Amino acid sequence: MAEKILMKGNEAIAVSAIRNGVDGYFGYPITPQSEVMETLMKEKPWETTGMVVLQAESEVSSINMVYGGASCGKKVMTSSSSPGISLMCEGISYIAGSELPCVIVNVMRGGPGLGTIQPSQSDYTQCVKGGGHGDYHCMVLAPASAQDMYDFVDWGFELAFKYRNPVIVLADGIIGQLMEKVELRPVKPRRTEEEILRVAPWATTGKPAGRERNIITSLSLDSTTQENFNKKLLAKYESIKENEVRFSEYMTDDAEYLFVAFGCSSRICEAATDILRQEGIKAGLLRPITLFPFPEKEIARLAGQVKSIMSIELNLGQMVEDVRLAANGRCPVGFYGRQGGIVFTPEEIAGEFKKFNNLK
Amino acid sequence: MAFKGTIEIDWQRCKGCSVCIENCPSKCIRLSKSVNGKGYRYAELANDGCVGCASCAIVCPDSVITVYRVKI
Amino acid sequence: MDTLDIKRPENIVYRKPALITDNVMHYCPGCSHGTVHKLIAEVIEEMGIQDKTVGISPVGCSVFAYNYIDIDWQEAAHGRAPALATATKRLCPDKYVFTYQGDGDLASIGTAEIIHACSRGENIVVIFINNGIYGMTGGQMAPTTLLGMKTSTTPYGRDAKLNGFPLKITEMLAALDGTAYITRQSVHTAAAARKAKNAIRKGFEYSHLGIGLSFIEIVSTCNSGWKLSPVEANKWMVENMFAKYPLGDIKDTSIAEKK
Repeated sequence: MAEKILMKGNEAIAVSAIRNGVDGYFGYPITPQSEVMETLMKEKPWETTGMVVLQAESEVSSINMVYGGASCGKKVMTSSSSPGISLMCEGISYIAGSELPCVIVNVMRGGPGLGTIQPSQSDYTQCVKGGGHGDYHCMVLAPASAQDMYDFVDWGFELAFKYRNPVIVLADGIIGQLMEKVELRPVKPRRTEEEILRVAPWATTGKPAGRERNIITSLSLDSTTQENFNKKLLAKYESIKENEVRFSEYMTDDAEYLFVAFGCSSRICEAATDILRQEGIKAGLLRPITLFPFPEKEIARLAGQVKSIMSIELNLGQMVEDVRLAANGRCPVGFYGRQGGIVFTPEEIAGEFKKFNNLK
Repeated sequence: MAFKGTIEIDWQRCKGCSVCIENCPSKCIRLSKSVNGKGYRYAELANDGCVGCASCAIVCPDSVITVYRVKI
Repeated sequence: MDTLDIKRPENIVYRKPALITDNVMHYCPGCSHGTVHKLIAEVIEEMGIQDKTVGISPVGCSVFAYNYIDIDWQEAAHGRAPALATATKRLCPDKYVFTYQGDGDLASIGTAEIIHACSRGENIVVIFINNGIYGMTGGQMAPTTLLGMKTSTTPYGRDAKLNGFPLKITEMLAALDGTAYITRQSVHTAAAARKAKNAIRKGFEYSHLGIGLSFIEIVSTCNSGWKLSPVEANKWMVENMFAKYPLGDIKDTSIAEKK
């Protein structure tokens, strides 16, 4: 039987990184995710798997260490929280523009500015739509449990290398701090030098005689070259949208009303759905697991089935824009959210739901 | 021991910066009267005083000079 | 002896290094970048480490360094090359890793990255081109611009009250425990270029000894930015830049330890 351990979501990220053969972690302390680097430093993986762990002088530097490590074809990652992710956005844009694989964990806190250290989902737009400059997308995965935190590290690297694209694990302070049982999956060793040459022939591994030099860059001064590159990225994003959408549904088969919520909010909405069902109201829940690509086709389908949709988020209403685009007028789309680190209760959501739908 | 040398200049790539001329201890390089494909007057051998010391080639930013040298 | 008799392959004593590609350099005539590129290529060639070397180019005129030296390259964001180099060296300790950065990149926007790479004692080589100006963007003031020097953003000359003082970052970095070798060189004469090459070679060798970071500043010219001919720019550099940025070794830990 697989081993199950009680741990925080942040700790699960660290343990998963070591057990899944990650080559390097570069980070900078920020609440509420400091346990990621603290756990790694305590575990000393450089003595076991050879994994490099380094505390950088800033988030600017840690993301650029990720840029350098990813350029070498290594499995490298970082983690931070909202203000730190803002600092990383320059680097993320370069990584996307150089088509490099990496995993970035954002354990969101309230903003804007220094904001609060309590949980929030207010970086949806930043992470899903871009954040940095230029036409690019990160793939964005939204964990809702400590187990997801553990599993999404490996899934994130799988996607990152498959598409040569940065992957953001978009968690929040609740998921990062929550202690839950986590099942440890079988260990994956770090890649050998030969395996890296095979999976990342583009990497800067040192130019042997007989191959062209490998250059990692996001620069092309020629407009046609740049436009062609942008089109290449578009084709990649279309392929990601076609193949990698993931979501889960709760009581949607006969649903007359739908919640859409991601991360910790989806768990609270599940409880709200139960409350409404007990009252005879046929509510259901769609939880996007991937935020980019967004489950727009499934939301469009359900929008034709239900009387209304409510997007429930810990922000001022960010994902709701994508829900509206997906629903495309098939049904009314509403929003309820809390901010500043305040988390809604299932009863509160059920009440807001009834208000929006004019139900008693 | 004495040396005799000469240089060969990839004149189409020369940008005529003249740093080689300034560095030549034998004063045997000059700028051409005509221009190359890029519109630069280029470095050329001015006389047969070259001893093959390679000073010109070492300071040439565009690596356009090849130096030959024999003992005489 | 006739010139034709001398021009035989066996008599070649100097030619373009094999690791310098055939791409025509985009640099202005007489720019020091080309000469420094050549010295780096020669060192890599002579050490036989082409397949073990990773270069990291900056943002600035030398952003395209990867077009000219035939090795694997990473092109960093402005000022961040030491961060990329840190990860590359730590993840691939058998590689020779160097950054190539200008004064705007290293001494202005990238001060945090270079200071902390030095402080951590990363086993990398940093080649720092200091010509006291931003070349690529059209000749603006750099942190190393001399007092009184005219640039497009100090059109009346750099004034300490308005623009602050020139930054001697190399001396600052020498004070950090993580640096092994700190030197300041130039490439305006053949003798100077030979010394600079020896310094670069020493830096590459030190980077495999695990004794810390090697930092080689090359005081350089930007004749376009300075609005001088290449030859006049070299003279101006000798007369003005060397007074503020004197040449020579500033720190050599390996020698100090041997004594």
